[in-house]
Amino acid sequence: MTEPIAIRHGFSAGALALGYRLLVVVAMCAALALASDAFLTESNVINVLRQASLLFLIASGLTLVILTAGLDLSVAANLGMSACLAASVLKSTGSPLLGMLAGIGSGLAIGLANGLLVTALRIPPFIATYGMLWVLHGLSYYYMAGGTIYGFPPGFREIGSGYLFGVPVPIYLMFLFFVIGWLFTARTTYGQEIYAIGANPAAARLSGIPVKRRLVLVYAVSGGMAGLAALVYLARLNSAEADIGESLLLPAIAACLIGGASLFGGVGTISGTLIGALILTLVLNGMNLLQVNANWQPFVTGVIVLIGVWVDMVTRKRAEDKS
Amino acid sequence: MVPQRPLRAALAAIPGVAYILVLLCIVFGAASKGFLSGANILNIGMQSVILLMLALPMTLIILSEGLDISLGAVLTLCSVVLALMLVRGNGLAVALAAAVAAGLAFGLANGLLVSIVKMPPFVATLGTLGIAQGLALAVTDGQSVVGIGAQVEPIYSGSLFGLPIPLAFALGAYALTHWLLYQTRFGGYVFAIGGNREALVLAGVRAHLHHIGIYIFGGFMAGLAALLLTARMNAGHPTAAIGMEFDAIVAVAVGGTSFERGEGWLFGTLLGVLAVGVMRNGLNLLGVPSSLQVVSIGLLVIVALLVDGLKQRP
Repeated sequence: MTEPIAIRHGFSAGALALGYRLLVVVAMCAALALASDAFLTESNVINVLRQASLLFLIASGLTLVILTAGLDLSVAANLGMSACLAASVLKSTGSPLLGMLAGIGSGLAIGLANGLLVTALRIPPFIATYGMLWVLHGLSYYYMAGGTIYGFPPGFREIGSGYLFGVPVPIYLMFLFFVIGWLFTARTTYGQEIYAIGANPAAARLSGIPVKRRLVLVYAVSGGMAGLAALVYLARLNSAEADIGESLLLPAIAACLIGGASLFGGVGTISGTLIGALILTLVLNGMNLLQVNANWQPFVTGVIVLIGVWVDMVTRKRAEDKS
Repeated sequence: MVPQRPLRAALAAIPGVAYILVLLCIVFGAASKGFLSGANILNIGMQSVILLMLALPMTLIILSEGLDISLGAVLTLCSVVLALMLVRGNGLAVALAAAVAAGLAFGLANGLLVSIVKMPPFVATLGTLGIAQGLALAVTDGQSVVGIGAQVEPIYSGSLFGLPIPLAFALGAYALTHWLLYQTRFGGYVFAIGGNREALVLAGVRAHLHHIGIYIFGGFMAGLAALLLTARMNAGHPTAAIGMEFDAIVAVAVGGTSFERGEGWLFGTLLGVLAVGVMRNGLNLLGVPSSLQVVSIGLLVIVALLVDGLKQRP
């Protein structure tokens, strides 16, 4: 019963859970390939990976928040607001760099505001970020005034629709941020502290972890990733409207939950979220290929969120009963 | 400091929401001419009815340390169901029954998820929000449902013994909720569930039934409110009331009901609804677009929470 055994046990259980999820991915791919001839075409596979990368960028930041037993319901609205701001800066300056700074800066600032609402004002995270969702929603609609901004500089569009050695740029971004996220959560003290805060905030505080500062950090990272995702989305669509990204909230939360992140904190991995994003994208892509009306998507992601939370609760209960 | 005590105590006894409401009325009364006219005040009342019908059950839900962010989407779905039933030639009674049944079903689902499955309320209702929104979009194919006939519209514009029908709804809904919360055992459970979870576990099956009942009441009110919403638009629309639960949550919070302590009062919610109504109406008169009104309502709740926090300090 020494500590290394516990860690080892935890690791192998985690690897097993990841293995199951990879099996789900393989099974879904096989089923979709059988069901639709269009699934295994090059353009569709690239399309799936591209969509998964957008979802992963949002969900990876959200995963950090969920690890602390918090939630960021404003990620999709943040993406929308940041995309609108970046679009208008891109259009007025013509500079990809300034546009990217605007998008990421806005995402970070919104995340920081969330972090301060949660820590300094002690508003429960889901209420603070839910309020932020509607505030950002209103701001985006006001800012865009019903208009559309479109046609961005070619250099900027590369990050959404460009290719490098035949592979779309967003897919590189997905793997880059997967590696960074994995290193951050699994190999740094910050990462360990974030897990500790989620598992037991009181114990974390007593052991000297600056809980509030770490919380502000995770909300800021979540916001920043939403800002980054906004740029990728913007570059792919080549246009921005007030409702851009609005429908991504449920899929992002669903990706985290499918990936094994627990809303009760302290449990979850970046690799799980990556697979979660893949599974969810396959579901949506499958609906698309099988010509299910897109209006059913909120219904399906809603059901997936509920199933995801339920599975999480059953898993936790079983683990508690064992110990 | 000692001589000031009685005054301070008296000021502290007046709930924050009353200050906010008076302040808003003064500001908007000064800023826009028509604000304090009788017609406009009636208008604020009329515009606040549907919000009140969501905020009343939301008070009970928040008192039980829960949350229901699906209420706006459920209200939308109920309205769409009502409109579709009418378009297909059903009578108003049947259509209303179907709408209320849809609301009750979602209330039951939310209640089961929260009380029996023990999911965190905001995630459970986030899931059902997606389901209700998806259903509303799918059954209408994203389009408005028009051609519902002439029998619904008078419910919003008509009067009963000189009282506009929506205000009669508001009165009835408030009276019903007041009775449930303060005169019945169900109401006792609402406070007990919020204040003390362990007692609830010990109390057994009955407490769970009451807990589920709180969410069912929310679905029921959403079903009834759908009648007014549909009558007001004389149509059903698949995104009509999306996000209205945010206004309802703000009204409850501004009204002084606490998210974490199981404390609050129903009359405060009525004042909170009026504060939100006054804010929207006043900003409307000043020509502020509805997108920015949402932003100011977000700020309103932060101010209310700050005031609440300051008053908690010894």
